[in-house]
Amino acid sequence: MPVRIQTKDFDAGAEIAALRRGNPKIGAVASFIGVCRDANDGTAVTKMTLEHYPGMTEKALEKIVAEAEARWDVMDALVVHRVGELKPADQIVLVVVTGAHRGEAFAACEFIMDYLKTRAPFWKKEETPQGARWVEARGSDDEAAERWISPKADVA
Amino acid sequence: MKVKILYLASLREQLGKAGEDLEIPPATSTVAGLRALLMARGGAWQAALAQGRALRVAVNQEMAQPATAVKPGDEIAFFPPVTGG
Repeated sequence: MPVRIQTKDFDAGAEIAALRRGNPKIGAVASFIGVCRDANDGTAVTKMTLEHYPGMTEKALEKIVAEAEARWDVMDALVVHRVGELKPADQIVLVVVTGAHRGEAFAACEFIMDYLKTRAPFWKKEETPQGARWVEARGSDDEAAERWISPKADVA
Repeated sequence: MKVKILYLASLREQLGKAGEDLEIPPATSTVAGLRALLMARGGAWQAALAQGRALRVAVNQEMAQPATAVKPGDEIAFFPPVTGG
């Protein structure tokens, strides 16, 4: 299962080991971990709640992973995304991509994150000293995703 | 025709509703038509669904466009731009 949504924490080392197990053809493992920060837009964040759209979330992530695997010569990919209550310094998301060479693994990993940020139905609500607020989508995330549409973005 | 509608995240809070099963006229055959129908309820509906408000819609758990068709039994979700990761 390349995609998991869960409330509990993850162990990146164990996840990577499991993905690599029994495959001596892997020469590169690229990974990304997104972490909950203690501030956003100049305001302290004491807690965060992550909501998602069960059913669509899994489908959207599987589609993103399939697109990455079709586009770059990689072997395996894994996405683990947490939902529910998170505190600053908690891990939020893990993306791991394995392949023969680093260029394709790096690119696929970054592509998956950029598309996840703009296409997977998750929403963050932050607790701040001024009260709770929903996190607003950022234009810079749209730009990060759009650059993969340009042919020159193909690192491969 | 009958459709299932979901309101997610901040939209659910603005509308005070997580979703509803709704009987809609056959003429309401697109996402844009359904949005207009819901906006016509006025008040919070008018404000939260107004044109110009950043809003995403999924039909049967796939991202949709204003012109996407709405068919009997469809699950249509309205939500704000996503902020995961």
